Amino acid sequence: MEKEKLKPESEKTLRERFGAGFLRRLWALSYKESLQTLRDPSSILVAFILPVLLIFIFGFAINLDSTRIRMGLVMEDMGPEAQRFAASLQGSPYLSIVRGTRKEMEQAVMEEKVRGFIVIMHDFSRKLDRPGEMAAMQVITDGTEPNIAVFVENYSRGAWQTWLGQRALARGEKMPPDIQLEPRYWFNPAAESRNYIIPGSITIIMTVVGALFTSLVVAREWERGTMEALLATPVTRTELLLSKLLPYYVLGISSLLLCVAVATFILKVPFRGSIPMLLVVSTFFLFSALGLGLLLSTLLRNQFNAAQAALNAGFLPAMMLSGFIYEISSMPHLLQYITCLLPARYFVTSIQTLFQAGDIHRLLWRDVFFLMLSSAFFIGLTAYHTKRRLDD
Amino acid sequence: MSAQKVVITLDKVVKEFPDPADKGKTKAALHEITAKVRTGVITGLVGPDGAGKTTMIRLMGGLLEATKGTVRVLDMDPIKDSSGLRQAIGYMPQKFGLYEDLSVQENLNLYADLRGVLGKEREESFGRLLEFTSLQRFTDRRAGRLSGGMKQKLGLACALLGQPKVLLLDEPGVGVDPISRRELWKMVEDLAKSGLAVLWSTAYLDEAELCDEVLLLNEGKLLFDGSPKELTGRVKERCMHIRNIEGNRRQLLTRALNRPEVMDGVIQGRNVRILLKEGAKKPDLAELEAGPKAELASVTPHFEDGFIDILGGGPGGHSVLAEQLEALPLDGAVVIEAEHLTKKFGDFTATDDVTFKVTRGEIFGLLGPNGAGKSTTFKMMCGLLTPTSGTAKVTGYDLKRSASKARQQLGYMAQKFSLYSTLSVRQNLNFFSGVYGLYGAKQKKTVEEMIDVFGLKPFLEAAPDTLPLGYRQRLALACAVMHEPAILFLDEPTSGVDPVTRREFWTHINGIVEKGVTVMVTTHFMDEAEYCDRIGLVSQGQLIATGTPDDLKEMAATKENEDPTMEDAFISLVQQHAEKTKGAAKAKE
Repeated sequence: MEKEKLKPESEKTLRERFGAGFLRRLWALSYKESLQTLRDPSSILVAFILPVLLIFIFGFAINLDSTRIRMGLVMEDMGPEAQRFAASLQGSPYLSIVRGTRKEMEQAVMEEKVRGFIVIMHDFSRKLDRPGEMAAMQVITDGTEPNIAVFVENYSRGAWQTWLGQRALARGEKMPPDIQLEPRYWFNPAAESRNYIIPGSITIIMTVVGALFTSLVVAREWERGTMEALLATPVTRTELLLSKLLPYYVLGISSLLLCVAVATFILKVPFRGSIPMLLVVSTFFLFSALGLGLLLSTLLRNQFNAAQAALNAGFLPAMMLSGFIYEISSMPHLLQYITCLLPARYFVTSIQTLFQAGDIHRLLWRDVFFLMLSSAFFIGLTAYHTKRRLDD
Repeated sequence: MSAQKVVITLDKVVKEFPDPADKGKTKAALHEITAKVRTGVITGLVGPDGAGKTTMIRLMGGLLEATKGTVRVLDMDPIKDSSGLRQAIGYMPQKFGLYEDLSVQENLNLYADLRGVLGKEREESFGRLLEFTSLQRFTDRRAGRLSGGMKQKLGLACALLGQPKVLLLDEPGVGVDPISRRELWKMVEDLAKSGLAVLWSTAYLDEAELCDEVLLLNEGKLLFDGSPKELTGRVKERCMHIRNIEGNRRQLLTRALNRPEVMDGVIQGRNVRILLKEGAKKPDLAELEAGPKAELASVTPHFEDGFIDILGGGPGGHSVLAEQLEALPLDGAVVIEAEHLTKKFGDFTATDDVTFKVTRGEIFGLLGPNGAGKSTTFKMMCGLLTPTSGTAKVTGYDLKRSASKARQQLGYMAQKFSLYSTLSVRQNLNFFSGVYGLYGAKQKKTVEEMIDVFGLKPFLEAAPDTLPLGYRQRLALACAVMHEPAILFLDEPTSGVDPVTRREFWTHINGIVEKGVTVMVTTHFMDEAEYCDRIGLVSQGQLIATGTPDDLKEMAATKENEDPTMEDAFISLVQQHAEKTKGAAKAKE
């Protein structure tokens, strides 16, 4: 009877491996993993405190709408028309106007006290009164910050157009024959950048949380010598790998739901998609982030190195190349192709869609498809590198 | 006892690894090993660190694949039949393989689940193993908070789940104090008697002596296979004590080791123990200047003598290092002084009112079980910890007030290898000499001397952690003595080092001490305690006895055991103290 028990590939062992034994061992390992995580205060910090903190930082600190830009105003013409135009500039909610001479303004731009200045030329009123001649206004901006410079230009132009229109109306004249532009922003009527920054930031948070967690877990086993003891038990590669994924998947999804809740209920970002769709998209994104962390941990076998690598390989590309802040279509072509390899790119579009537009199935399922591919890639590669022996 | 069965066979097994020093090439960790392991006995896998013990155990456990040769365990191929084999073996790795952030019970649950120990069998196993390991009271305690000995017991309990037929234990005695080691040994002995095959690997040669059979490994080669008695039999009648020595026993040892007929020698308390070459006549005591009353007496050979014999003798008694040092006057001054030293961590008193003095040119050893507070005391004496109360003085400087002045006077060799692995050997020497304030021509000269003395020339550009263990040890010692400190602190300096390297190390220490340097040392090796002039025995934070090694042995002598070994003395004194405190606590109640 004893001999039978020891038979290497007897039916009993096979059944043990793929039947009840599989689930039992997987459960035991996952339970162990969860206990370890829950007992480590830093994991609660990473899973719940850090995401909420980040979401507030992204929600408030990164604001792509520029309100009340400081502008200089140089009046070379003191005529009544010029005065009226100046008054209308000062009334704009987007600009904060400081008056001074050209010299003072040049100095102020240099010292970054103003972002640019508008010069109302000396013949402004005169030219304005003569039909057929164009009145001139000069706008000078600080080109070292192109983004702001463009804002300054657009706001000045806008202010000028509005003023001309109102002036014409007041004089009972017809508007100059110009095309009237009436922009309407779909999905985000007020064009509030927070509405797309916050969903985008959830991508960054999930990348960091997912990859950081798993980057530690395999390396920890190697560092503490517990891996060797595990390898000497009947644990299989699949069980080992799954036990490293599932607990952190649950943690990651909880963290995601917390982020979404904070975004919608506290920061009042509208969420127009459905929860099931959110879960589907996030699941596959999370698996690729977890897979990335696990791969690094498996290859490096050192917690410190793996965590560093996970932050760099996860956070930086997700921040720069996912289209979260920088528009992908305005990147150089080579970079655009590279972004196609980033799971974060697909998650950014899908989560922004879910928040602002709703369940746009064609778009979302395309993203899900790519996220599935990348999950399979990272987890597959990790499985390939997961050793069942110390020397293979 | 059931009939002994061979359950593990190794036939011309070779294991090669990529050579870290020479890319693309391989280096053999095991050379054509042929060996057997039987049920019912403890087979000792004995050898110094780096001998190939762990590699051999991992081959048997199916964690490594042999490059050549065959390994059979329970009639299975450890690689091809790995799933079957893993059910049938219990494996305990060298590093504590359990989860420190899980409790004792949670660790047991995990391993029971992994090994498929379920239902009624599970409860029975838990009960039996917890009782067996006396861990019943600690089931809720986190494994990380167990003492070294209890951790190993828990490791053993986890390895025993599922009733394995073969137990592979990789250095279970490391970091475990003698008392826990004896307990652990007793447990394993019972298991072997019940019919298990037990492989116990160890670098402690005194452990080897207790094994039923021994496989002696050195540098990947099997030097000996048989019972320890057979090995000690080879050196029978060749082991001698020189007793009733007059004068300096360290100098006598040096003279003895320089004699052609003496193969090896060590200090044992007030005696010098020597091993003669095969067929050599006894040394002339008058020539050795051992004193008029000195006499030679045969003593029982130990396993270590046999090992040294196979290796062809010890390193000789000459320390080139000591020659380089300037002699300090042996003025009998007190250079290390602890007065009512106390250290508390929260409610826990790690060191409790410890007082002792060490005079110039003495070797003072701190001995004690794990967690007794010897490391804490040691760290306070070299200024790494600040005492809660009391004073620690080194060459008259209070470490609390003038720590940097005091530190200039002392050299420190840490238990863990504490050199920079990203710096080369030469850069390490330059760095440490610089840190201790050597510069210019003097620094250069000292570094060159150290390279010369310790034979480090071939390794100058190598990273320290690629050096053979013995050389690493030498490098660490070199870094600690370059600034010619008056006092040397050694924290378990020779853990895991082979006996020959250890002898060489002690030759240097003996030489240094002769030059008036004072040495304070902590150790787990009882034979190292014998080198000390005086020993302080620490238990439960208190200094429970001080005296020469022979004083301590006398204190522990009983009618049944008139001539106790150092280990006997250690164990009985610690236990006496534990009973006394227990009694006092009861009386209080």
